[in-house]
Amino acid sequence: MAGVLIVAEAVSGALAPSTLELAGEGRRVAEALGEPLIAAIAGTNVRGNEAALGEAGVEQVYLADHSGPGVPSPEWTAAAVVAAVKQAQPSVVLISHSAAGRMLAPTLAARVQSGVVTDATRLRVEGDRVIVTKPVFGGSVLSEQVVLANPQVVTLRARSFAAAEPQPRNAAQSIALQVPEAAGGLEVLEEIREESTSGPKLKDAKVVVSGGRGLGGAENWHAVEELAAVLGGAVGASRAVTDAGWISPSHQVGLTGATVAPDLYIAIGISGAVQHVAGISGARNVVAINKDAEANIFKYARFGVVGDWKQVVPALTERLKQLRS
Amino acid sequence: MDIVVTIKQVPDPDIPPHHFKVDEANKRIVGPPGVAPVMNGYDANALEEALRIREKQGGKVTVVTLGPDGARDTLKRAIAMGADAAVHVNDAALLDRGSSLTARVLAAAIQKIGPFDLVLSGRQASDTDAGLTHILVAEALGVPAVSPVSKLESVDAESAVARRAVDDGYQRIKVRLPALLGVSSELNEPRYPPLKGIMAAGRAQIPVWSAMDLNITDLEPRVELRRLYQETREARVELIEADSPAEAGTKLADKLREAGLV
Ligand SMILES: Cc1cc2nc3c(=O)[nH]c(=O)nc-3n(C[C@H](O)[C@H](O)[C@H](O)COP(=O)(O)OP(=O)(O)OC[C@H]3O[C@@H](n4cnc5c(N)ncnc54)[C@H](O)[C@@H]3O)c2cc1C
Ligand SMILES: Nc1ncnc2c1ncn2[C@@H]1O[C@H](COP(=O)(O)O)[C@@H](O)[C@H]1O
Repeated sequence: MAGVLIVAEAVSGALAPSTLELAGEGRRVAEALGEPLIAAIAGTNVRGNEAALGEAGVEQVYLADHSGPGVPSPEWTAAAVVAAVKQAQPSVVLISHSAAGRMLAPTLAARVQSGVVTDATRLRVEGDRVIVTKPVFGGSVLSEQVVLANPQVVTLRARSFAAAEPQPRNAAQSIALQVPEAAGGLEVLEEIREESTSGPKLKDAKVVVSGGRGLGGAENWHAVEELAAVLGGAVGASRAVTDAGWISPSHQVGLTGATVAPDLYIAIGISGAVQHVAGISGARNVVAINKDAEANIFKYARFGVVGDWKQVVPALTERLKQLRS
Repeated sequence: MDIVVTIKQVPDPDIPPHHFKVDEANKRIVGPPGVAPVMNGYDANALEEALRIREKQGGKVTVVTLGPDGARDTLKRAIAMGADAAVHVNDAALLDRGSSLTARVLAAAIQKIGPFDLVLSGRQASDTDAGLTHILVAEALGVPAVSPVSKLESVDAESAVARRAVDDGYQRIKVRLPALLGVSSELNEPRYPPLKGIMAAGRAQIPVWSAMDLNITDLEPRVELRRLYQETREARVELIEADSPAEAGTKLADKLREAGLV
């Protein structure tokens, strides 16, 4: 047996956008290796995705349905994926570099005695090996790494790989897995979603307005929110801001936060540390407002204003209100 | 409560990208001269949390690193912050051989240190950006892991309740001890070493362990680093010129409209 196995996720009955990225890249790798694309999906109500997976190029899917009460624990999910991998014996396993994937990938690699590379931005096949491009040192340096054993476990950075274009194809053939409730040491007591009360979700937004430490304090944060509201965009933040508690951590953009790919990304009072810009490499147009002309963020920007946000941003917001009314 | 904290010494992550040099032949990073390496930021958060737990509940905090001679300075800093003991694993055969060997080494060292209730690690190291080692350590120790932890709600002899950041929110997870937690930066603000601590660090005896001390014989890496390189980036920004910052803001709005972006 062989194949490229992607770990699929479904949200409210549809495949997650990150899963389509795994399928798109997975299919490319599978074709280069001359192997089929297969999938594993584990969670609550995961049946019914066979057609969508088939359209994305998946031939077979291992299904683990969580029937127990509550949110499945990361241990149960890991057990399900390990079971699928042991049965399918794939040569490559691709996982999203999401919160769940970051824990799942090393757990899987350890349990199948293989190696793992996380947060890949590019894959290339040479013979039977996948050469993984992975930024290190926050993104200041690039590395190429290769897993020496099989399965080669890799997590893919969001928005760095082209999503599969659905095509009319046969539904994926499903293989049910029985995964007993893990008797492990973890219990998810509750899961709290911090959807922003208004505006789009950060990861899918066409416009993101982000603020940094340069805002000066929580009392000034409304300036970021007002501009985002005028543009119908989402609110993002640097880690300096989420660490300081001006806004919740789910708004953090960057290496250890969200990866965003909007048409327009406005960075206010953000210096543009490599770890921050790691999250915006997919942004089509970056605008920087910073009082320091030397700030690194200007290297990534299409338009920039060197100046104090306290003057720049209210005038910008006001003018945009006029233009949009 | 007996806690082990894994600590890695890393090049200072605040060094701007163009100050790093890459020695491509040896696949190594060369930082600017005179900039000392530091304690990995998330490991400092892990140590801070361990110290806070000990201050409330008593017990012992031991830090452990796998690193070259210079890594001793980072262990000394950990003692200066308040750690009770430190262990330095230092053996040329074990250095730079990837996360899976590093994890087996750390797990063996933790077991040799003695029984523990908690292992606290950083969620990731700022040089590898891998976020792997601590999860592999937990697997090797056979204990449950939670990462990244943005808040520790409670810890007692049997269990801990931790908040784990997930996309769009967080989970509250109850974990049975002994367990390993991968700590994130929202958790706390690491303290500066007090004078008393700096003096204690000066006197501290730090044992050095080798592969043999830990019975590590399988040195095979699972991942190979093929290449390390840098891409440079030239600024191509169009700066908005105006007589005042406010006018620049207005002009920026017009510019965005012209470009069809708003
Ligand atoms: C392993 C690791 C992971 C990390 N992950 C992330 C991550 O995912 N996301 C992230 O953002 N960071 C991350 N960081 C932190 C990152 O290195 C920076 O410390 C952080 O991004 C800095 O945030 P900032 O730009 O808001 O603050 P600063 O770097 O302090 O910059 C503030 C900026 O505001 C400007 N400013 C000040 N006053 C004004 C004013 N009145 N008007 C206009 N401009 C003004 C200043 O000129 C400065 O450029 C990570 C770090 C490490 C080590
Ligand atoms: N050489 C090391 N010595 C001690 N701890 C380490 C070492 N390498 C990694 N760690 C721990 O594992 C975490 C994750 O590292 P990494 O997988 O490299 O991102 C770090 O934050 C440290 O707590």
